[in-house]
Amino acid sequence: MLNIDCPWCGKRHETEFRYGGEAHIARPEDPAALDDTEWAEFLFMRKNTKGYFAERWLHNNGCRRWFNVIRNTVTHEIVGSYKMGETPPKLPKSAGGAK
Amino acid sequence: MVKYSILTIARNALTGHKNWPKQWRSPEPKSEYDVIIIGGGGHGLATAYYLAKEHGVRNIAVLEKGWLGGGNTARNTTIVRSNYLWDESAAIYEKSLQLWEGLAQDINYNVMLSQRGVLNLAHSLGDVREGVRRVNANRLNDVDAEWLDADGVKEFCPIINISKSARHPVLGATLQRRGGVARHDSVAWGYARAADALGVDIIQNCEVTGIKRDGGKVTGVETTRGDIAAKKIGVVAAGHSSVIAEMAGIRLPVTSHPLQALVSEPIKPVIDCVVMSGAVHVYVSQSDKGELVMGAGIDSFNSYAQRGSFHVIEHQLGACLELFPIFSRVRMMRTWGGIVDTCPDASPILSGTSVEGLYFNCGWGTGGFKATPGSGWCFAHTLAKDEPHALNAPFSLSRFESGALIDEHGAAGVAH
Repeated sequence: MLNIDCPWCGKRHETEFRYGGEAHIARPEDPAALDDTEWAEFLFMRKNTKGYFAERWLHNNGCRRWFNVIRNTVTHEIVGSYKMGETPPKLPKSAGGAK
Repeated sequence: MVKYSILTIARNALTGHKNWPKQWRSPEPKSEYDVIIIGGGGHGLATAYYLAKEHGVRNIAVLEKGWLGGGNTARNTTIVRSNYLWDESAAIYEKSLQLWEGLAQDINYNVMLSQRGVLNLAHSLGDVREGVRRVNANRLNDVDAEWLDADGVKEFCPIINISKSARHPVLGATLQRRGGVARHDSVAWGYARAADALGVDIIQNCEVTGIKRDGGKVTGVETTRGDIAAKKIGVVAAGHSSVIAEMAGIRLPVTSHPLQALVSEPIKPVIDCVVMSGAVHVYVSQSDKGELVMGAGIDSFNSYAQRGSFHVIEHQLGACLELFPIFSRVRMMRTWGGIVDTCPDASPILSGTSVEGLYFNCGWGTGGFKATPGSGWCFAHTLAKDEPHALNAPFSLSRFESGALIDEHGAAGVAH
């Protein structure tokens, strides 16, 4: 089980949270201008990174707020969490080395 | 290839079973192949076999980074069925089930297909309506399906708890009698042996590290055992599909998640069918060794770690005990995880890509094992003809642009 650090509530068990997938996917500024390929890109295509990955979590059995986490998808190591709109924490030096 | 039969067993018994030939060669990679299959699991090996057998392509290599069938082929709960709701899914899974039914004879390898019947339980009025609808949809697609009420479920699977006072009472179930289980290792080994006999080079411990391209067309792969040229590449890498896609500069709509399963200590035969419940979320069958084999849903987070969180197992065992109070003192023996590549519409992708000569067979999510023969058969056709077979045409990558999704979420009973 993951121990996730909620930026508001501190470290809690994974069962208090809901997963929100890849972080930092910006909603299109002008939705009407997008063609089908660009919509598919926004709606469906995902990074699915092997290694350090920025992802969203919702503390739904707690403060019910969304935040971001940097986690390694191979080791499950959590580098840090940060509030929406904040700058992500620096990645360890071995970033991306987890092939 | 030595044909396996009672005569060869008898002949080898005379020499103490010491002279059985190896089931497949371990060749050094050649410098060039017509087709390279990336991934030596069931789907990849089946693809190679049908390419050689049905389409006469003989210069094929299967590259496997680890050992044959060591990924999801060895990590699933071996359930085989074809009772999917939508026409497109029913067609491809039914093709697969029909291939399963003749597979042991076709590849001369006992895949231990046991058509013991699969129950998909209904626990609410909504479940009942959905189940009856699926039975009717299946019958219209020539897929065998029956609806059982709660007493019928109890008769088919006597140890199940159909008490009305249960938190989620069993109100009925769909039954596919042709569904059941098969032996996971045998599928990989059987296809490997049959493909090898047709000249396919199976190269293990050979990890692909790059996809070579020239002007938007594939020219080969870079591997841990050197560069290999290829005219076409079929990627059948399950949870690692996105990793390979990134090497070729394309994006996929799949995300990789752990899917956990577990087995109990071996006990005497107690359940002779497969029971699945999407609502309380567990599926149970008993292996020939006597272990109860159980699985449920994916861990929610992205992962490549082949392990998940314990609360997921706790939840599925809770569900299991509600259905089968008789199991309350059975001890669990092993748990494991596989990395499944899930698609937004819970349907697979068997498709060409924007890179000429590069094809993907992925996104089978939690339900790939049952599809092994049909997946390989369709993908072989796609690779050989450079266009999809009618069965896998709807499962193209372009459906995410056109919007023609095949939404099997829930429709398939969630638990594959």
